Amino acid sequence: MSAVTVGTSDETEQIRSLLTSGDKGRKRTDRIMTMLVYGAFGLAMLPLVSLLWTVVVNGASKFNPYFLSVTMRGVFGGMDAGGAYHAIIGTLVITLCASVLSVPIGLLTAVYLVEYGRGPLARAVTFFVDVMTGIPSIVAGLFAFALFTIFLGPGAKLGIIAAVALSVLMIPVVVRSCEEMLKLVPNELREASYALGVPKWLTIIKIVLRTSVAGLTTGILLAVARVIGETAPILITAGTTDSLNFNPFDDRMMSLPVYIYRQYAQGVATCRDGQLDCIPDINYMRAWAAALTLVLIVMLLNLAGRLVTRWFSPKLR
Amino acid sequence: MTTASPPAHATRHEPRRRRASGDTERGFSRVFRWITTGAGVLLLGVLAAVAAFLVARALPAFTASQAELLADGKLPAGVTSIAQYVGPLVFGTLLAAAMALAIATPIAMGIALFISHYAPRRIASGIGYVVDLLAAIPSVVFGLWGGRVLAPLIADFWVWLVGVLNVLPFVEFRATATGRSLATASIVLAVMILPIITAVSREVFLQTPKLHEEAALALGATRWEMIRTAVLPFGRSGVISAAMLGLGRALGETMAVLMILSTGLGYSLQIFGAGELTTIAANIASRFPEASGLAVNVLIATGLALFIITLAVNMAARAIVARRKDFSGAN
Repeated sequence: MSAVTVGTSDETEQIRSLLTSGDKGRKRTDRIMTMLVYGAFGLAMLPLVSLLWTVVVNGASKFNPYFLSVTMRGVFGGMDAGGAYHAIIGTLVITLCASVLSVPIGLLTAVYLVEYGRGPLARAVTFFVDVMTGIPSIVAGLFAFALFTIFLGPGAKLGIIAAVALSVLMIPVVVRSCEEMLKLVPNELREASYALGVPKWLTIIKIVLRTSVAGLTTGILLAVARVIGETAPILITAGTTDSLNFNPFDDRMMSLPVYIYRQYAQGVATCRDGQLDCIPDINYMRAWAAALTLVLIVMLLNLAGRLVTRWFSPKLR
Repeated sequence: MTTASPPAHATRHEPRRRRASGDTERGFSRVFRWITTGAGVLLLGVLAAVAAFLVARALPAFTASQAELLADGKLPAGVTSIAQYVGPLVFGTLLAAAMALAIATPIAMGIALFISHYAPRRIASGIGYVVDLLAAIPSVVFGLWGGRVLAPLIADFWVWLVGVLNVLPFVEFRATATGRSLATASIVLAVMILPIITAVSREVFLQTPKLHEEAALALGATRWEMIRTAVLPFGRSGVISAAMLGLGRALGETMAVLMILSTGLGYSLQIFGAGELTTIAANIASRFPEASGLAVNVLIATGLALFIITLAVNMAARAIVARRKDFSGAN
């Protein structure tokens, strides 16, 4: 490092002392800031580790095939029974409906922004997509409620209303991630296609979308993972129920996040003295088991999204 | 499809311009353009519809007389007008979000710097993934964890902290032994908004021109001085917009607050006490399932207030990001 040539060793010592002594305060600041930065990272890991740990440990006690395959019908008090089957089905149905609504709109908007987007309309769409990502989930729920109660009257609680609310939250996420993926498609591919006389729409479908299909799938899976855990909009639009319901167009529908909230809100069950089959903490145990189920679903979706990219991403470079 | 005579002149010029830009718009290509453009317009329409329906359904709450509000609006005791109801809710929402932001921003900046400048290159992306994992966890699970694990754990600390703070003159804090206070809720909110602030800050820190960093190091700066003189000034607007995005997230977060906070209604700074404050989102979620008639309109009116606040915060944040994008190309 030190390529400085100095005449005498005396001068060397002098310069060395100047270089080191003046720096003590600065070195200390540097070390303190390094520790703070490492500390910030450690501090952020604490809740993550604690949360995952408690979810796994508390959820494992009730997480079994029985819990996943029965509903809450006829379950009351501190009965050691009941499961989340209806909630899992509800979550899947509502999320599927939301995906069916938002994936075409989101994907086509992304195509518009990347392939056609010029001028004030494209700028407005870009800006408001970003703004839409910030809509609070409960406001999306209120919107869907307000929209449907005009036709169906007050008190309408259906799975499809929740799906509309979720799609308001999901569309901007789909647009944003699909847009990023479409931008990655090299222009040379498009130009090669045009040179062969392929019309633009066919180029987009056969070349652009085909090339980026892995990325698009990942983006959509991550968007699904994002909305599958939404609670508040489903709570106010699909209501709560203890029974199984497959039809999003008829009657209330339970979902996994709302199930967690309901079990948590019911709190400690009251047991008579000497009642052996009564567990006071049963509601919390069910809530933790459902939380474990939900976290597992979300993690699986995330994992699937990442694996899809790894397996199917186009080998271009 | 085309309209009457005046725009006819404009359409006559259009084919020439299209050919100049290299588009061959014939047959289905034109239809496809309409379809995709329609999707974009539909998206704007959805956002407009959200605003329109909220305003339409909130209107009865603003026009209803005081007697109607008291009879059907289910306003809490002592509240006589919609403004008196929305005011404390907005106050509680802003207070909770501001506290969450104050906790989360420095930590998120620390993590972002750790990933961009401190951690070994090989594990940095892995750490980024772990932080993103925090964002993937559903809010209701955060609420469950906050209510069952964090609140009992941190209650003793709040009681102790209040004991220390009350030594100061003119300060009179109350602490609840259950830990179900706004301070606990804010900590959980802070954990929830950490990922987004970290992600955006990390991106701008990574964009710092390498030459600036190397110049600072060549002048003998320590690593921290290099960060302070080169990285932070470059990333300032990015961090501000990241914080505002986090603020928008914290303002609208429902379940964590609903499941942790023991709610009340009022202008109060008793962040360690129970039953003092609440937020708009948590208030809607707790009252909506049982509400009917005018009470629904009142709740939608509070939701409209939340929508306007988050919209303003997000638009400001995005405007800062967009302006920054124009300049950063020069580097």
